[in-house]
Amino acid sequence: MNEKEGFFVNVYLLVGIGGFIGAMLRYGISVMTEMWWYGSFPAATLFANYAGCFLLPYVSCKMGSFVPTNVQKAITSGIIGSFTTFSAFSVETIALFESGKIAVGLLYLSLSITGGLLFVRLGEGRGNSK
Amino acid sequence: MIFVAIGGFFGAIARFWIGQRFNTSSFPFGTLFVNIIGAFLLGILIESGVEGDWMLFCGTGFLGAFTTFSTWMLEARKMEVGKAIFYVIITCGAGFFGAWLGL
Repeated sequence: MNEKEGFFVNVYLLVGIGGFIGAMLRYGISVMTEMWWYGSFPAATLFANYAGCFLLPYVSCKMGSFVPTNVQKAITSGIIGSFTTFSAFSVETIALFESGKIAVGLLYLSLSITGGLLFVRLGEGRGNSK
Repeated sequence: MIFVAIGGFFGAIARFWIGQRFNTSSFPFGTLFVNIIGAFLLGILIESGVEGDWMLFCGTGFLGAFTTFSTWMLEARKMEVGKAIFYVIITCGAGFFGAWLGL
């Protein structure tokens, strides 16, 4: 095995481990949310997506150049990428529409997109400031 | 919990691999692809009535990690406004349509 292959194996394994952690955190949040949230509004997914949107640019900026590229990818693509989710977001929105809760569905959709973009900006701003 | 985590392990690797291959041009086709396919497959999975550990593994774990919201938003943020609007609308449009088809 040459060096390039070694890198290949390494970064994929690291991203996988990141995904292992990120998915578990997301699930943990949804289980905890179910304990106090009974509404039809998908609060857990929204919260995870908001948090991930803030953390992705923030952590990328803070890691700078002193963290190895492999580890950076494990944290950004692995942990944060798996922590946030688009599939649940789509299915939840469609489920709200199909159950006749059009207003709640539209609220969820617009809050996700505008809030997501806002948190990405905030994360960038915070990450770049000392 | 362990089913979600193992699903997440494979979902993240699959997304990362597709991203490395298809996010190379000026448009993130890889992210677009995983999100649309992931939304469609999750719809099918729920509709098929899969429950319990299989749902945690395939749905919450694999497909949850396979698709991503944070990367999508960050990519949109880095584009020019017109392109970003197009990217957000095409992802939502196709992703929701996929979920609707599946459900």
